[in-house]
Amino acid sequence: MELYHSVMVALLCVDLAFLAVTRLRSLTRLTAVQGALLALVPVLSAPAGDSGHMALLSLAVLAIKGVGFPWLLARTLTRLEVNPVVEPYLGFNLSLLAGVSGLLFSLWLETRLPFPPGLFPPLLFPTALTTIFTGLTLVIARRKALTQVIGYLAAENGIFLLGTPLSVQGSVWLELSVLLDVFVAVFVMGIAIHHINKTFESIDVGRFCTLRD
Amino acid sequence: MELFGISLAFYALGAIAALCAGRGRLANALGAGAALAGSVVGLAAFAVAPASAVSQVVLPWGLPVGSLTLGLDPVSRLFLLPVSLLGAACAVCGAASLAGHDHDEAGHGGLGAHWCFFNLLLAGLSLVMAARDAVCFLVAWEIMSLAPFFLIGFHDDEVEVREAAWTYLVAAHLGAVCVLAFFAAFWAAAGTTGFDALAQAAADGRLAAPSALFLLALAGFGAKAGFFPLHVWLPEAHPAAPSHVSAMLSGAMISAGVYGLWRAVELLGPAPLWWGWTLCAVGLVSAAMGILQGLAQGNLKRLLAYSSVENMGLACLGLGLGLVGRGLDNPAVAVLGLAGAVFGVMNHAAFKGLLFLCAGEVLHAVGSVRIAHLGGLGKRMPVVGAAFFLASAGIAGLPPLAGFAAELLLALSLLAGLSLPGLLPRVAMAGALAVVAGVGGVALAAFAKAGGLSFLGAPRTPAAAKAPAPGPISRAGLLFLVAAVAAAAVFAPNLLGLAGPAALDFPGLDPAPARAVLAEAAGVLASVRAVGGVLVVLVVLLLVLRRRLVAANGARREPTWGCGYLAPTARMQYGPASFVEPAARVMGSAMGVTRRLDMDTGYFPARARFTVTAPDRLRLAFFTPLFEAVARACDAAKVVQHGRVHLYILYVLATVVLLLAWKL
Repeated sequence: MELYHSVMVALLCVDLAFLAVTRLRSLTRLTAVQGALLALVPVLSAPAGDSGHMALLSLAVLAIKGVGFPWLLARTLTRLEVNPVVEPYLGFNLSLLAGVSGLLFSLWLETRLPFPPGLFPPLLFPTALTTIFTGLTLVIARRKALTQVIGYLAAENGIFLLGTPLSVQGSVWLELSVLLDVFVAVFVMGIAIHHINKTFESIDVGRFCTLRD
Repeated sequence: MELFGISLAFYALGAIAALCAGRGRLANALGAGAALAGSVVGLAAFAVAPASAVSQVVLPWGLPVGSLTLGLDPVSRLFLLPVSLLGAACAVCGAASLAGHDHDEAGHGGLGAHWCFFNLLLAGLSLVMAARDAVCFLVAWEIMSLAPFFLIGFHDDEVEVREAAWTYLVAAHLGAVCVLAFFAAFWAAAGTTGFDALAQAAADGRLAAPSALFLLALAGFGAKAGFFPLHVWLPEAHPAAPSHVSAMLSGAMISAGVYGLWRAVELLGPAPLWWGWTLCAVGLVSAAMGILQGLAQGNLKRLLAYSSVENMGLACLGLGLGLVGRGLDNPAVAVLGLAGAVFGVMNHAAFKGLLFLCAGEVLHAVGSVRIAHLGGLGKRMPVVGAAFFLASAGIAGLPPLAGFAAELLLALSLLAGLSLPGLLPRVAMAGALAVVAGVGGVALAAFAKAGGLSFLGAPRTPAAAKAPAPGPISRAGLLFLVAAVAAAAVFAPNLLGLAGPAALDFPGLDPAPARAVLAEAAGVLASVRAVGGVLVVLVVLLLVLRRRLVAANGARREPTWGCGYLAPTARMQYGPASFVEPAARVMGSAMGVTRRLDMDTGYFPARARFTVTAPDRLRLAFFTPLFEAVARACDAAKVVQHGRVHLYILYVLATVVLLLAWKL
């Protein structure tokens, strides 16, 4: 249980770090850290007797979220030859403030939502919700398409985290969410970024405004 | 019920088959054939079933709400009759007129899509009349409302046609919103969606605001039926649509509005008296304004469209009389009004269908339905001319046709209303009687203009002078309706025997005295038929006699409107503008007529031109500014649509957070 709590706190720290870092390269590394931490969760929360299945799931999560995506992101970053600095719409201090507000809101929400007792282990719900908020903040407050992809991934990781208690009923939901990640990998990364870069010679989403009617 | 199912199956199969058969001749044959077969089966179903039979069937329905409950009762059966009758005639005439249509010119889907939607319209109409469940009714209503959009837009390369189709769509959906709200509120009160359960809830007094529901139903179904001031889509959509579609829309689809209103009033149960008076007022205003504006029109199809507003108004008046009579315990007023409404809708369907199909033949032959381009067509296309005059006489309410019988029923109801207690109802009834009589007179003038200027006199354009007669297939379609109209004239008292059960079924009526009133009215109609028969025989004898005498005296034939002039031209005859001019001097403001006289000053003007136009003033002065304002508001709201994706996501996030914070 100690280890489980540590993982949760570490995830919260990664969330805040997402909002604070100024280099794209650091962001991809943070994604790797988050993925690796996430891979620990199914193993730690596995019910006794089903650890084999959960270990497999953990391995898959580690391979996709901890290694696959970060590597893809890093490779994209190298290929795109963009300015390596994160360009914010919302300053880093304000972003951090938004992240902390998200954490506070999640903690408050946990006291208000009527959960079935024993569904969520302690700290899991606020961590998951904060991760979702962090991801969305990253999408909202950053200029580059790559940060938006990372933000989407972070939000997706939060949803994954929320789903882990459901693995008691069967791991199919978790596996589906991993599948969704693979879909994101192919779709958002492969198609969107390359096409945006080719068409606009930039991955600055601010320039999407020219697309509206 | 089985035959009804078979007819529905024909429509559905026809829709699919036409869509699969491509864009050309095969689709034309398959789609029209299926519509014809379905309609003939529908007519057989009407003929086979006894007038007062009631049946109901519940079918499996894959949705979590509502149920697929279909039923037939006298009202449903009577309102289904125009669908089948016009379905058959319009399928035949439509197939004939579209056969020569080059499918490359047609809209993107070609003839396949056209016949698919035509069959869907027929199926939707049939389902609307048979639905006994609110959800099922709404689904059918939506099918029936959407299909005409594609049918009207058949010639979508013309900008007027596209605009008309959009006007129709907006009007249909504004009405559908009201209908949806009506049933949703009803559903909330009743808990279930079956019509029986809804009526039970209303009878138990569980409805929060039945009057608000009544107004919703009036607006929603009134928009479909084309009651004033919601009629503005009719004069746009009917001229733009292909003529067999106009006939179907005008004859059968707008009747669905009256049907819906009838059902809504039935479901709402006990009604305050003002509902009835409101319906009477709406009906009278629609009838008067509709026919006055119709008289002013220079476009044959627009004139017919406005005349539909008039006829639906009279049906609404009949329904209102039914409510007033029931509320004041006067079964004579109630049952005659209701029977007159149903009878009027039946007649309108047959006559207006025939008129639109005739107008379609004129359009096909001359290439225009502007009266100023027509004239003298009776000589070139005698069958069409005769059919047009027959239908005109019927819709203007001339005896011995069934149109007279319908107006007579309304007039009898109003006369019975003169014995209502209190001064105000009597004055209202007398006033209504005067308006109905006046409307009949103006209708006669309008159709004298439509028929006389188009089919009599001398051709005004070279195209009209060379108009070819319609082919045998179109002629068969027209003659089928002519036969139906003639049969209706002969069997008018028997038709009242069919319309009677629908009126007797109306909840809250005491059947015994109502039955007696109906029997008495049938007696009146029988004597009208006898007098009419004698008149017809007399006229025929006189015509034969005249022909003999003329032939014996060796008379010469001169051009029409020759008047002994040295060099008569077709421009000397009465035109649509000059025909309306006297009436426009008196009622110009009500008719929405603008007159313009362009003439050189001086003693011998070399150039003179007189034009009368009658745009829909309500549309120009009210609806157009209203919708422009809505469009401006929508444009202003576009500031939130700026194209910045991250701000869109911020909207989502903010909404989620606010909802969570607000609800917890």
